[in-house]
Amino acid sequence: MDFGPHLMLASLEGAVISAILVLTAMGLSIVFGVMRVVNVAHGEFFMLGAVFAWAVTTMISGHAALGFVAALIIVPVLVGAIAAGVDQLILKRIDYDVDRTIVATIGVLYIVQQSTLMLYGPEARPVEPPFNLRLALPWFEFGENGFQMIWPWGLSVTTYKLFVIGAAIVVLGALWLVLTRTKIGLVMRATQQDRDMAQAFGVPVGQVYSLVFGLGAGLAALGAVLVVPIQQAHYLMGGDPLLLAFIVVIIGGLGSLPGTVIAALLIGMSDGIISVFFSPTLAKIIATFLVAMVLVFRPQGLMGRVAA
Amino acid sequence: MKNPPKISRRKTLLGLGAGAGALATTGVLPGSLGFAQAQSSAPIKIGFQKHATGIGAAYGRWYDTTTTAAVARINEMGGINGRPVEIITEDDATDPGRGAEVLEKFANQHEVDVAFGTLFSHVVIGSAPRAGELKLPYFVVSEGHHVASGMLNRYTLQPGITDVKSQVISMAPFVADNLGKKVTMIYPDFAFGHDHRDFFSEAIEAQGGEVVAKIAIPPTETTFTRYFPNIPRETEVIYHVMVGPAVLTFVKEMGEFFGPSRPEIFGFIDSLEAVDIQSPGLEFLEGTYFWEGMPRHKQANESEAASAYRAAVGVNDRGAAIDDPANVATYAHMFGCWETLNVIKAGMEAADYQGPADRTKLIEAVEAMTEMPESLDHPQGDKLFNGKTHQAFGKQFISKVSDGNLEVVHTASIEDGLYADEVDYTTQSF
Repeated sequence: MDFGPHLMLASLEGAVISAILVLTAMGLSIVFGVMRVVNVAHGEFFMLGAVFAWAVTTMISGHAALGFVAALIIVPVLVGAIAAGVDQLILKRIDYDVDRTIVATIGVLYIVQQSTLMLYGPEARPVEPPFNLRLALPWFEFGENGFQMIWPWGLSVTTYKLFVIGAAIVVLGALWLVLTRTKIGLVMRATQQDRDMAQAFGVPVGQVYSLVFGLGAGLAALGAVLVVPIQQAHYLMGGDPLLLAFIVVIIGGLGSLPGTVIAALLIGMSDGIISVFFSPTLAKIIATFLVAMVLVFRPQGLMGRVAA
Repeated sequence: MKNPPKISRRKTLLGLGAGAGALATTGVLPGSLGFAQAQSSAPIKIGFQKHATGIGAAYGRWYDTTTTAAVARINEMGGINGRPVEIITEDDATDPGRGAEVLEKFANQHEVDVAFGTLFSHVVIGSAPRAGELKLPYFVVSEGHHVASGMLNRYTLQPGITDVKSQVISMAPFVADNLGKKVTMIYPDFAFGHDHRDFFSEAIEAQGGEVVAKIAIPPTETTFTRYFPNIPRETEVIYHVMVGPAVLTFVKEMGEFFGPSRPEIFGFIDSLEAVDIQSPGLEFLEGTYFWEGMPRHKQANESEAASAYRAAVGVNDRGAAIDDPANVATYAHMFGCWETLNVIKAGMEAADYQGPADRTKLIEAVEAMTEMPESLDHPQGDKLFNGKTHQAFGKQFISKVSDGNLEVVHTASIEDGLYADEVDYTTQSF
């Protein structure tokens, strides 16, 4: 494949990866920002989202879009509710202690993963995309006949992949509005800035925590619902998103939302482009190297604030 | 008020221990009955190293189903040497390190007679040296060339399924004659994929063709579009063989990449094991070709033994579980478990196997085997076993996807897949 079309394909792939990544990492970042909890089970909520999406779409017969829309609405709420339950049952009991929450969420990771294995099984199951038209993309170049349009082999994207990118942007916009323009967002930001002071001013911190933990898991689940027609629901699928989300959050700055968006774009695009031109392994090496460099030279992350 | 007599914890434990000891010597506790007398009727234990979790889980489930069915049949026929067969299953997580641990558990804790059933080549390669050290016969169902290449040891045998080298040698003439001579290979980046890469490159060159690109993909990969731009434009045939949970994504994305202008495509059914060929997104596979170890969809000329086997493992004419048509079998591979267990039975009977002391006699008995004619013991077809290389040879099938069905269009004979010996395990000491 020529360089130009190749780069375009790589960028499109990168954009899809970024779109999913930004939702997953955003969930992780919000949870850390507000609750100071490093949620190791985050990838499993992602996986649960995909598995539930499969369950919902199989239950609803009729056009594929019907089941998909239902999954898009039901699944994030369901996973969010489970996560809120985890918060009430486990995290609250150990007082959100930093070390113990890490160990506890590792436990949650295994419980969720192995329960899924037992109840859902080891197969990867597909979810039919609501629409999936292959769009061949043109490329322009100066040939012997001057400027002309060609249709390179393999240069294409599907309508569904474009939809994923669009949907991620819409969700991000909505999230930004909620955080900055609504009372819930205000309360969350207040809790993030100073938990004790917020409580003193009558903010129900416990409920806010459950809400935030549920929201974080819900975002991961939403990302999974979007991705599952491209990949498949499988009980081990939570590992990669967790790793990438951590990389993104560390580079962007834990708890910083703009930083998370920037880092997700950076990692997603570089993952797409480097893995197309060189190898996917190199892309992971570079991402991990970036994390190391950020930790050494800018421990608070690109956009993070230094702790007072 | 009187205090009850004090009993310390130590005393209680001592008492319990003594009691248990007394019970054991008088033979009241189950399992501890005088062993010499029970030996003749005690079950023969076969340790089943199962990919219950990890990337091989779909295979593990169906290997389990097949194993259970085969053992039920063996026990119905009176077991082995008059003793019932018991399967002891341990999950190896499709992981080489864990695989070796499982073998240790089999040998030391469960005290099995033989170990059996591993598919993924990296697990076999990780476990086999341990089997040699433990002097535990290890019957793998793996397809990898590592047994016949001489890489492993005298305790590792593969009598129930053909190896990759034999498979690709018998496929290459068909590919070169019917599909094209410029081939791009897409394969998983571990031992099994490397076998495909090395032997197919050789075999297609022998047919006057060439491999124009080799694309290795990590077995845990989940997205694939990024690999496809490396397919050179001159490619006439895509040769694909993928494993793991993302195989459906792989095939779907390949279809999306090519759109209407695809080259010829020849794949190993491994890329679609446990996946319904009529899944949405796979329409483009219409008219492409697949290697199959055993035809998944019932053919018009299916042999009686093959049909009886299909019924015994509970699989319908489309290659899915009878009670759950969405549960598609790993039909091209799992017959290997059935046949291997029957080889173990035949070997134990020939060696008059009594217990772990006879393990070397069992291996010698299996090494002495040659022809295994098609029968309900060998439903996939005739086999030829090479005792020197510990490897079985058999028929291979090429199926074409027509109207969503896999129809066998070519059957490669045993002779098509033979190659010169690379090792003589019988010269190694036990």
